[in-house]
Amino acid sequence: MVTRSRDIAVLIVVILLIWQGLYQFTGTGLLTAPLDTFARVLRLLGTPNFWPHLHESASAFLRALAIAVGAGLTVGMALGAHRLSGEVAEPILVALYSIPKVTLYPVVLLFFGIGMPAKVVFGAIHGVVPIAIFAMNAVRNLNPIYLKTAQILKLGPWATARKVLLPATLPEIFTGLRVGFSLTLVGTLLGEMFGSQRGLGHLLMAAIGLYRMDTIMAITLLLVIFAITINSILLVVDYRLHRRV
Amino acid sequence: MSRAGWIRVSVVVAAVAAVELLCQGGIITRFTMIPPSEMVVALAGILTSGRLTPAIVRTLRIVGIALAASILVGFVLGALLHALPRVRRTVDPLFATYYAIPIYAFYPLFIVLFGLGDVPIIIIGFLLAVVAMIVSTLNGFDRIPRALLKTARIYRMGRVRTALQVMMPCAAPYIFTGVKLAIAYSFIGVIGAEFIMSGSGMGYEIAFAYNNFDNKVMYPLIMLVLVLVTIINMFLHFWEMILFERRRRG
Repeated sequence: MVTRSRDIAVLIVVILLIWQGLYQFTGTGLLTAPLDTFARVLRLLGTPNFWPHLHESASAFLRALAIAVGAGLTVGMALGAHRLSGEVAEPILVALYSIPKVTLYPVVLLFFGIGMPAKVVFGAIHGVVPIAIFAMNAVRNLNPIYLKTAQILKLGPWATARKVLLPATLPEIFTGLRVGFSLTLVGTLLGEMFGSQRGLGHLLMAAIGLYRMDTIMAITLLLVIFAITINSILLVVDYRLHRRV
Repeated sequence: MSRAGWIRVSVVVAAVAAVELLCQGGIITRFTMIPPSEMVVALAGILTSGRLTPAIVRTLRIVGIALAASILVGFVLGALLHALPRVRRTVDPLFATYYAIPIYAFYPLFIVLFGLGDVPIIIIGFLLAVVAMIVSTLNGFDRIPRALLKTARIYRMGRVRTALQVMMPCAAPYIFTGVKLAIAYSFIGVIGAEFIMSGSGMGYEIAFAYNNFDNKVMYPLIMLVLVLVTIINMFLHFWEMILFERRRRG
C-alpha cells in the first residue's frame, strides 16, 4: 500500500512536470501553467455564475446515472437469469457497446428536444449497456450450487436474493457500475458540448468562441479531477469486493 | 445457424419493422424520423451521387491515421513497459483510471492549440485508442507461458528470434483484441470530435444536416456510420474467435 501511494505520488509529480514543461515550451498565452490553472479553478468556484452550470451538469449526470443503473441492472439480471434470452441478446448488446453513440445524439435531440431530457437520455444510453452486460454475466456465471443450497436450507425468495444472490453477484455487478459511471459522465458532457445552453460542456464550447484558454483548461482540469477521484474510490471498492470472494 | 441466432435475427427484423410501421403510421412524425426503408433509398442516392463522398473519405482517412498511430505507438509503449516493470508499476494507476477521463473535454484545448483542422481530431482518436492498445499488449506479453521462453533459451534462440517466433505468436490474440478495441475507439473519437466542432467529415455532415432539419441526409448518414462500424466489429470478432481457438489448441 505504501509503495502504491508512492507510485501514485511520483506519477502525479511527473504529469505536473510535463505540463509545466509544455507550458514553458509553448510560451505564454497558449497554455496556462499548472499553478495558475488550479488558481483559476478556485476562482471559477468562487464565481456565482459558475454554480448554476455546475448544478445543471451534476443533476443531468445524476439523473442519467440513476436511469442507466436502474435499467441496466433490471435488463442485465433478467437476461442473466434466462439463458436463451441472454444468448440472443449478448451479441446485440456488444454491438451496441462499440458503436459510436455520438452519431445518435441528433436523433435523441429530435425525440426529446434541446434541454435537460436529451442530455439525461444521452448520458443514460452510454452507461446502460456496460452495466447490463456485466450484470448479465454476473447472474449467468453464478454457481448453481449456491441456489441449490438455498433451496435445501428452505430460504424464501427474499432471503435467497439478499443472502445468496446479492453477495455472489455483487463484485461483477460493481465492476459494471464503475464502467457505467465513467461512460455516463462522458455521455452527459458530450450532450452538453453539442446541443445545450447550460452546463459545463456548454461552458467549454463557449470558452472556445471567446478564446479563453484559462477557462478551458480550468474546466477540463476540474472534470478530470472529479472523474479520477470517483473512479479511484470505485476501483478500491471494486478490488476489495473481488478479493473477498 | 443456431436457434439463438435465428431468434436474434427475428428480434432485429421485428424491431426495424416496428419502427417502420410507427413512422409510416405517422405516430413518429417525419420531422422526428424518416422510415428505415426511406433511409436505405436515400443512402443509396447519396452514395451514387457522390456528393458526400469527400466527407466520407476524409473521415475514413483520419480514422486510419489515428488508428495506425495508436496501434504502432501503443504496441511499442506496451512492449517497452513490459520490459521495464518499475516504470510500469508507476504508470499503472493512470491506465486504470484513463477511460474514466472524458477525453472529449480536451478537444477545445486541442482546437485552440492546433487550429480547426485534422490534427485535433486525429489526436482525440489517437488518445482514445492508444491506451486500449498498450493495455492489451501488456496483457498479451504477460500471458506468454514461462515454459515456452525457457524452451527458446534451451534451443539457444537469440532475442530477435525468440521475440518473433515465440513471444509474438503467443501474444497475438491478446494484441489483436487491442487492435479491435483501437478500431472502435478511434471511430468513436474521430466522429465525436467532428460532430462537436469541425469543418467537414461524416460527423460534421450529420451535425450540419441536423441543424438544417434535413432528415433525408441525416438519417442515412447515421445509418451508414452505424452499419459500417457494426460490420467491421462483427468481422473482427469472428477473426478474434479463430485466433483464440488456434491458441487454445496450439
